[in-house]
Amino acid sequence: MSLAEPSIDDVVVRESAADDDIILSAKGVTVGFGTKIILKDLDLDVRRGEILGFVGGSGTGKSVLMRAILGLTPKQAGTISVFGHNLTGVSPVIRKSIERRWGVLFQQGALFSSLSVKQNIQVPMREHLSLSPQLMDELALLKLELVGLPQDAADKLPSELSGGMIKRASLARALALDPDLVFLDEPTSGLDPIGAAAFDELIKNLSETLGLTVYMVTHDLDSLHSICDRIAVLADKKVLAIGTLDDMMKNDHPWIKSYFRGPRALRRM
Amino acid sequence: MAFLDKIIPPAFSLDGSVPGRKTLTLTGDWTVNSAESAERLLGSIDLAPDQVVCIDISRIESLDTSGAWLVHRFRGGLEFGGKRTELIGLDEKRKVLFRELEKHHPPAWKPERQRFSIVGFLEATGRVGVDAVKDGLAMLNILGTLGAVLATVLPHPKRLRSISVAVQFDRSCIGGVPIVALMSFLIGAIISQQGGFYLKQFGVEVYVVDLAGILILREMGVILTAIMVAGRSGSAFTAELGSMRMQEEVDALHVIGMSVTEVLVLPRILALMIALPILTFISDISALFGAGLVTWSYLDIPPQAFLVQLQAAISTKTLMVGLVKAPFMALIVGLIACVEGLKVEGSSESLGRHTTMSVVKAIFLVIVVDGVFAIFFAAIGV
Repeated sequence: MSLAEPSIDDVVVRESAADDDIILSAKGVTVGFGTKIILKDLDLDVRRGEILGFVGGSGTGKSVLMRAILGLTPKQAGTISVFGHNLTGVSPVIRKSIERRWGVLFQQGALFSSLSVKQNIQVPMREHLSLSPQLMDELALLKLELVGLPQDAADKLPSELSGGMIKRASLARALALDPDLVFLDEPTSGLDPIGAAAFDELIKNLSETLGLTVYMVTHDLDSLHSICDRIAVLADKKVLAIGTLDDMMKNDHPWIKSYFRGPRALRRM
Repeated sequence: MAFLDKIIPPAFSLDGSVPGRKTLTLTGDWTVNSAESAERLLGSIDLAPDQVVCIDISRIESLDTSGAWLVHRFRGGLEFGGKRTELIGLDEKRKVLFRELEKHHPPAWKPERQRFSIVGFLEATGRVGVDAVKDGLAMLNILGTLGAVLATVLPHPKRLRSISVAVQFDRSCIGGVPIVALMSFLIGAIISQQGGFYLKQFGVEVYVVDLAGILILREMGVILTAIMVAGRSGSAFTAELGSMRMQEEVDALHVIGMSVTEVLVLPRILALMIALPILTFISDISALFGAGLVTWSYLDIPPQAFLVQLQAAISTKTLMVGLVKAPFMALIVGLIACVEGLKVEGSSESLGRHTTMSVVKAIFLVIVVDGVFAIFFAAIGV
């Protein structure tokens, strides 16, 4: 590393004033595997402080888009900007400081299986900051309770937890550094209705108290109804529609119609 | 909120204008990024005689859960010390945040400590002993089930998963031929070069052929191949079975009513028991070839003379002594690999540990068993 390069502590994500309200923007994103194109010329904007619900049929590439935004799946074309920085040409230092500001909840939790829950939550803290062991333990327990897990879960290994507890522990890890933007991949799938409702409530609370922006891939109509500010629909390899739930209810595209006004959706009206 | 160009370091100012009462105004950023200095800062505040402390957080630029927790903990510490505290300057959002924090009561913090003690050492030793006994039992258990499964499979050859056996054979035997051949070639060459170097001093370099022939056919070929197979296939078996256990695939087999031994263990061990003699034979030939080349180039013994001398030195029995050991070695490697694989628990660390243990134990037992065979062959005079 040359001397001129700024250290991680000096760099704070700076944004251009014009797009101050857009925390994440994807433009013309194309992703494919081999000759098969999954996403083509996709545009998406996520506003600061909102909870964006992302829906789409199974296999339409919701998770692929999330992975492309996170840089886990290479994209063939397009630009993705997070916090006003284009992720393709960004320097490693800025990239690292961006990674500090987002949290990810993977579909299967992706907890590190050989670490206890507490250690899992402390991984980002240890990696990016130098906190005292006492503060790290207290913060880990705080996050644990914040996501609704009992304190005695702290010393358990992920293999000893139930599916819902893994989701929660994983969310606690995603929130470890108080991120500005969290990506949730099907956070309520596999939870009982009470647990799912509590999870929704939790996400809404966090979004309100911490100013969190939430990008949530979900199939849960209840979540869409109760907490999402806007909903984006992925179909035909692009974002077909984006807007509030009312906009979706008025939309006449056959897939959107059957999703939001289908038998399952109407039964809960 | 937290999109700052620069982190403003946390700071405080104390106002003691009203007697008996102090106002503590906190400024700067109280976020997880500045938590380290914030914690130190709070530790340095000295409020000694005053009874009422008013904490004003309205001038904090940005506050997240970590910063709020530090303030909350500080406040708790003051109250515990008999002071009255008051938190002012909260807006709606921060009020919610602090209300959330007030529900949280962490237990008194205890640093984790590990002490070395004689008792702990003895306990660990005892546990290792118990584990060794359990390992032996687990191997006997699998061996027994294997026998039982074989007994049910042999009358109905259709139940023997021949495709599965063939696939495993392909992986462990055909895939291993190049590396086994290359390794044995080099070992054969090294043995005859080293042997030749010393025997030359006595002028009996021709006995290198006897040395290499007997050593390779009786011992080196089979041991080296078994070790290579333990490293190649044994570790693969452990990792496969282990990750199947981690993903609950083994449980799924149980529930569907299939026997793990029949579906997973038997084809692997069977394939290995067929593969190892073949690999050993290849290894023997390739090592002899290496030995022949080196004696020719280094000791000037032409191939014809090498073959004549070799024919005099060894017999079919010498070859068979080596080959007969191979299936037993395969059984040991396969059994240990499967036992270790089925012992894997939920974590990736345990998968790694058991894969290591599988290879280490397999190599160790291969050598032990070779020793037992040596005693046995000596006793029956082969």
